[in-house]
Amino acid sequence: MKRFSGFNLIGEAFRSHQGWPEHWPDKAPKASYDAIIVGAGGHGLGAAYYLAKKYGITNVAVIEKGWLGGGNTGRNTTIIRSNYLYDESAHLYDHAVKLWDGLSQELNYNIMYSKRGVLMLAHNVHDVQSFKRHIHANRLNGVDNEWLTPEECKAYCPPLDISPRTRHPVLGGALQRRGGTARHDSVAWGYARAASALGVDIIQNCAVTGIRRGADGAIEGVETERGFIASRRVGVSAAGSTSLVMKMAGLDFPLESYPLQALVSEPVKPIFPCVVMSNTVHAYMSQSDKGELVIGAGTDQYTSYSQRGAFHIVEHTLAAICEIFPIFTRMRMLRTWGGIVDVTPDRSPILGKTPVKGLYVNCGWGTGGFKATPGAGDLLAYTMAHDAPHKINAPYNLDRFRNGRLIDEAAAAAVAH
Amino acid sequence: MLLIHCPYCEEARPEVEFAYGGEAHIARPLDPSTYSDEQWEEFLYIRSNPRGRHHERWRHTHGCGRFFNAVRDTVTDVFETTYKAGEARK
Repeated sequence: MKRFSGFNLIGEAFRSHQGWPEHWPDKAPKASYDAIIVGAGGHGLGAAYYLAKKYGITNVAVIEKGWLGGGNTGRNTTIIRSNYLYDESAHLYDHAVKLWDGLSQELNYNIMYSKRGVLMLAHNVHDVQSFKRHIHANRLNGVDNEWLTPEECKAYCPPLDISPRTRHPVLGGALQRRGGTARHDSVAWGYARAASALGVDIIQNCAVTGIRRGADGAIEGVETERGFIASRRVGVSAAGSTSLVMKMAGLDFPLESYPLQALVSEPVKPIFPCVVMSNTVHAYMSQSDKGELVIGAGTDQYTSYSQRGAFHIVEHTLAAICEIFPIFTRMRMLRTWGGIVDVTPDRSPILGKTPVKGLYVNCGWGTGGFKATPGAGDLLAYTMAHDAPHKINAPYNLDRFRNGRLIDEAAAAAVAH
Repeated sequence: MLLIHCPYCEEARPEVEFAYGGEAHIARPLDPSTYSDEQWEEFLYIRSNPRGRHHERWRHTHGCGRFFNAVRDTVTDVFETTYKAGEARK
């Protein structure tokens, strides 16, 4: 890996930038590895990176059925925040936010993490009470979150309409200043490049077709389109396809896969300084550094693997956006797309061991997995290296659906993530 | 948007008239007090989530208001058939 630095940049400028090597070589699978990660999204690549960097396991393969970062990593709205209500959630998501800080330097790759603030709007008395409860809970957990009056909201985000005559009046907002956005593709690329430099093999266009278990039930390796690859440790980080991979190991999971859509507008000059979320009317928006307004819609109501959703979902979201930000009523939308999100019954992830020895899982992030990318990668790596969960992800086990210790962010968290 | 054939109204109507009701043919426990934790987990939370044919419930909320079952392909989102509640799995 040739480091990015001012010195190297100037040096390369003298030879037309021909001296930069490829970020990560495309590897053919070896016969066996110390650990295999299924799924080369941000979470999976992050896990491979931390396995090699922090936990000393460098003989690692990341296997991807499509292309690197082509699933939900490349399809989300790049929002980062950690203002979740419950202690378990606050610890989990704030672990990730702490890792986002300094990640560009650590990976030597600009992931464009921008702490521009995430402002969640309150439109009714229930919102106000609920957000203030969140703020108090967050502050007890050391997570920054503060209450803004409507005027302060307007000062923080000028395009906002706070006049009392609107259909959804703004009664205030909860602002997490450390929240913001990052460049989603760069996150996958940065992890891939850094992991590859540490000896991790990244194998794309190689779908897992089976999981081989020995006579004692333990993992022996994975069958793929390019043959059998042996490993005693397999971590699955396959988002919407997790149910399918787990069935190969004989496990039924409490997951359902739904399409989630997002869309971007034509690019315009900087107009929108932060991330705004409105859960009551279900709209959330930010502006990318390229200038597009990035807008997240809701999930479709039915399960699907089609990676596309219905138009009325988009229409509903845009109606809400136009209501809160009349300034954007004449903006034209450029593209819409869908990703398949794996949703658990309590809307909290499953991150830890499975009943099969040597098989680990990181799934169930539903509509809000991007913000957790570094944290999820680190915790999956920790769990695989120690064959035991870290205390942060210990509550996110599979047993909770049997013993009832759910982490029910479905009611506590925002609809939108 | 999906076009869904309601087997009661015998008409194909747009999806916005309907509410999705989750996986079909998950029988309620006949004797709940005898259910183990594993059986409750299975009944409440475990779903087949297949890639392909999926049996699911829909309710014609803004029509006849009745629940019915459907078979839909979860890759193409094409409905294979819809049938009345109480009929055998197709």
